[in-house]
Amino acid sequence: MSEKILMKGAEALAESAIRAGCMAFFGYPITPQNETPEYFSRRMPQVGRVFLQAESEVAAINMVYGAACTGTRVITTSSSPGISLMQEGFSYIANSNVPCVVVNVMRGGPGLGDIAPAQGDYNQATKGGGNGDYHSIVIAPHTVQEAVDLMFDAFELADKYRIMVVMLVDGLMGQMMEPVEFREWVDVKKEAPDWATVGQGNRDHRNIITSLEILAEGLEKMNIALQKKYSEINQNEKRYEEYKMDDAEYGLTAFGTVARISKTVVDMARNKGIKLGLIRPVTVWPFPNEIYEKRREQVKSFFDVEMNEGQMLIDVRLAVEGKRPVFYYGRLGGVVPTAEEILGEIEKKIGGAK
Amino acid sequence: MKTLYKIPEAFTDRPTTYCPGCPHGIAHRLVSELLDEMDLTKKTVIVWPVGCSVFGYYFIGTDAVEAAHGRACAMATGIKRSHPESFVMTYQGDGDLASIGIAETVHAAARGERISVIYVNNGNYGMTGGQMAPTTLLGQVTTTSPYGREALANGFPLKVPEMLAAIDGPAYIARAALDSPKHIIQAKKFIKRAFTAQRKELGFSLVELISSCPTNWKMTPEEALKRIKNQVLPVFPIGELKVDEEVE
Amino acid sequence: MEKQVVISGFGGQGVMLAGELLAEAGKEENKHVTFLPSYGPEMRGGTAYCDVIVSDENIASPVISFPEAAIILNLPSLTKFEPLMKKGGIIILNKTIIPQNVSRKDIQACEIDALNMAKELGNEKVTNLILLGAYVELEKTVSVDTLKKALKLFLTGRKEKLIPINEQALDAGVKAAKAYSSR
Repeated sequence: MSEKILMKGAEALAESAIRAGCMAFFGYPITPQNETPEYFSRRMPQVGRVFLQAESEVAAINMVYGAACTGTRVITTSSSPGISLMQEGFSYIANSNVPCVVVNVMRGGPGLGDIAPAQGDYNQATKGGGNGDYHSIVIAPHTVQEAVDLMFDAFELADKYRIMVVMLVDGLMGQMMEPVEFREWVDVKKEAPDWATVGQGNRDHRNIITSLEILAEGLEKMNIALQKKYSEINQNEKRYEEYKMDDAEYGLTAFGTVARISKTVVDMARNKGIKLGLIRPVTVWPFPNEIYEKRREQVKSFFDVEMNEGQMLIDVRLAVEGKRPVFYYGRLGGVVPTAEEILGEIEKKIGGAK
Repeated sequence: MKTLYKIPEAFTDRPTTYCPGCPHGIAHRLVSELLDEMDLTKKTVIVWPVGCSVFGYYFIGTDAVEAAHGRACAMATGIKRSHPESFVMTYQGDGDLASIGIAETVHAAARGERISVIYVNNGNYGMTGGQMAPTTLLGQVTTTSPYGREALANGFPLKVPEMLAAIDGPAYIARAALDSPKHIIQAKKFIKRAFTAQRKELGFSLVELISSCPTNWKMTPEEALKRIKNQVLPVFPIGELKVDEEVE
Repeated sequence: MEKQVVISGFGGQGVMLAGELLAEAGKEENKHVTFLPSYGPEMRGGTAYCDVIVSDENIASPVISFPEAAIILNLPSLTKFEPLMKKGGIIILNKTIIPQNVSRKDIQACEIDALNMAKELGNEKVTNLILLGAYVELEKTVSVDTLKKALKLFLTGRKEKLIPINEQALDAGVKAAKAYSSR
């Protein structure tokens, strides 16, 4: 670990990607994440790597796709409307089994929406978004330090499974500053992996990367292989954090920025004698359903809080399987709920019962 | 004995699946001969399009990727930028390149990407059944211009090389035709210059190949080639539009 | 111990610099810190503000909904934040350009003629640091010496020559706060 540096989230994300061995950035400007490409544009030439501002998000993701086909560690960052434009590329990348990292600094939607922090892209990220049966690994850090650490993991996971890893953050995390420590620089292999399309060279086989298979039986096989990969990821890569859940009678649950605010809610509730705890999914796909299955035996009810109309709520309810009530509270359009209002909503639901 | 004719080594054993009389086979052959002759086959990544040549990697045996419709130049950019040692080319049709992919094409050209583009123009969407393309001639009947293309409703045929030649990024821009042996020999010369532009890292290169589509034009192969000469080439004249002096 | 402060003013009044400086100083003193700026179109000429938290413990939410302390540089900021202040909280006010008094009786108001003091020092742009100096004197979030040390990280190159006047501004703020406390 190096010394702590006070950095803006958007810039810390870029620096951590560089240290994690990211060799190329392709992207298109969009608020509220422009500090990230701007930082890449300064730093990438300094370390002899590629920065390219594409003509659109559509082009950017296809540049990422091309770079990923060479086995190069590659990233793009964007915000909700830009991410929508990239969905076609995500689907191709999924069925081509190539690795890359995508950061979505979510803003209020739908449509052009606003530039305030939001979480309305949860379904798009975790349930698909592009065409076909596919998943990306989706991680949702709640502090700048966690985002920095998960960036290293994101590239490792992407390479391990040859899959796209999406990091969901929001403008609040991008704009805020916190002291961060970076892990050691990752040494990047010079030679392209055996599966990469860089020209056949001395290989005894040529490589073809495609998401196309015109015969239904053949495409079914490709799909089955994808699903096998997804179930392996489901087995191995679920992550979550619990905060004061050991003796909790009520389970708060949230991801990203809202989860961070929710920690304050837990502390405030406990000061009032309410035994509240927090379950915070770190991977939102795969979704850590087992921890809800475990805690539903212990708590009286769950409270799901999001900056959307209850998108993760569906996953939480599936995990709780109707065994306990799951209440929802959320704000829309980029409004960030305060700790005080979340606690107020919880108190309303549990009444005098402590 | 002197070899007068042989199958290019870059070719696979697989017979092409193009319609009878389709010039894609000729274009594939020109590309493959040059990859062999210029010793590029083992260094090459071809970005294939969505269109009739979507399965091009079955027939030309290099490393290959299959782009989304219109995105070949963006994908080629990603490959070339992250692995500059590779020889990177796209092979695209007129719907793919001139319609849905025009932004990616123009900006790759403007950036002077060190990639080579083979742009096969047969004036319609062949694979999907002969719909109107940006390159369809005025008056031409297609399945989506059943009364003939009208300028007022559908605009004019798009001349991509002329557009790109006006940009500073390209090192080599040309248009050739696949309608006669003479023009085919010229086409090979142009493609060689395009490949040379990439090899010498001079900038973006593109060769448009005026082609035919006997099936959707509802003509015999011979009639289709005559139509190129009589109707298409007057609108899309062949020749070199931009040549960096170092290409020679 | 956790200290929270909102710093608010017009874009161009050095609100963000003051906030970042405080955060950096907190980090220098090995504390946990968060700095959260308001962002968006309002940063261009409108009200800009930031939330800074300095704590001995991990910081949960970086958002300050109800400030216990606020450094207020202009009137719109007072209008915005006065109603949100926690009971017993404190406002450090740039009296020079705010014609209005703090009306709430359940909060303290340290009014400083900061812009005029800055002009006397020779640069009105150090108004922010006069108020910041006053804030740390009153709330002891970090020491003034650490702020001065952190200044050197922000004012580099051509701006290095501005270090002395910024240090003087901090000291002037401390002095003004002492005068307020001993009233």
